[in-house]
Amino acid sequence: MIDKLPDLVNADSAIVRWGRHLNATFLVEVGEVQYLLTVRAGRIESVEQGPLVMRAWSFAIRASADAWSRFWRKVPEPGWSDLFALLRRGDVRFEGDQRVLMAYLLYLKLVLAAPRKLAA
Amino acid sequence: MSARIEPVVGRYAHLDLEGRPHRVYFEEAGQGIPLLCLHTAGSDGRQFRAVLNDPAITRHFRVVAFDMPWHGKSSPPAGWEKGDYELTTTRYTGMIMTVARELGLERPVVMGCSIGGRIVLDLAFKHARELRALIGLQSSAFGTRYYDPYWLNHAEVHGGQACGAVAYGLMSPLSPEAERWETVWHYMQGGPGVFSGDLHFYQVEGDIRACLGEIDTSVCPLYLLTGEYDYSASPADTQAAAAKIQGAKVTIMKGLGHFPMSENPDAFLGHLRPVLEDIRTAARGAS
Repeated sequence: MIDKLPDLVNADSAIVRWGRHLNATFLVEVGEVQYLLTVRAGRIESVEQGPLVMRAWSFAIRASADAWSRFWRKVPEPGWSDLFALLRRGDVRFEGDQRVLMAYLLYLKLVLAAPRKLAA
Repeated sequence: MSARIEPVVGRYAHLDLEGRPHRVYFEEAGQGIPLLCLHTAGSDGRQFRAVLNDPAITRHFRVVAFDMPWHGKSSPPAGWEKGDYELTTTRYTGMIMTVARELGLERPVVMGCSIGGRIVLDLAFKHARELRALIGLQSSAFGTRYYDPYWLNHAEVHGGQACGAVAYGLMSPLSPEAERWETVWHYMQGGPGVFSGDLHFYQVEGDIRACLGEIDTSVCPLYLLTGEYDYSASPADTQAAAAKIQGAKVTIMKGLGHFPMSENPDAFLGHLRPVLEDIRTAARGAS
């Protein structure tokens, strides 16, 4: 799903606008699988799938494959509908530069929920 | 004139809170039993726009929604620039009882959401005899921190966008888009440090757990309505509080989130009207 993000996000100006000042590389973990996302002015420039060795990132968002699959349902169940819902239940970890993550929280919530558009 | 004008009227009241003069904005509509509405942390009385505009309610209730000091169109007290805003249980309960008294609301029904849903539990404990009924929306007796509000009031983070992002996720994905983004907008308009100042009460100081067993719902009925998508004050949090309060009436609202009255007004009114009818029937029986 993470590899689909450039197509899902870059075509959606309603998402890109919230990240228009973001130029950063961050890590998303889906279980054991790592993805390094590079954002330029709100557009996802690249997604590199791991394994990654000694790569730098601003912040990391880590959750299990099961947590992401529940988060990405077309209509998630209560308790799985938002990144902070996962945070409260202890099913996501935020690491690294929390300032950047919080400054772009709305953008990141919209980006990471975008795969719901592909759900059956 | 062709614009549709709502029957809601907004005015300013001058009153003292904790010995300091305040200018407090409130909106009202309707006549009858006073229904005082308390907005959520970091927002304002616009959240109750649908309740104020519902003729089925305003026919029998005088609905009043005030903006807490620092919120919406209410000013902070003079000298605000010299210190941080911080809400506490005592301050909040005192403010509500003062506003009710100064606006001449006699034995009002008080309905609050989130922080307002928390404080109605304190009102039930301390002021039951002065109140007709209490309605808690998204009520919990206590909450622990799962994110750091430090970032919501930080010069290098846009507070409006960050507060809006926090509010956004607390709503149900099933609620109408336009009403959800309206609710986010209110959050984006909050003053610096106001949402996090309210969260001091919500996440740190405001622990009502020890008082729950003392609440007497035969003196003042207590209704607790909670949207199922809320993970801040979840159905389990409401049910945990209600389990310690004899006679509390709990409704879990399917498909709604943390801001039921604002994120999905139509669905919420469907839950609220029967509660208000219940309260009105009891009032008629008593008179």
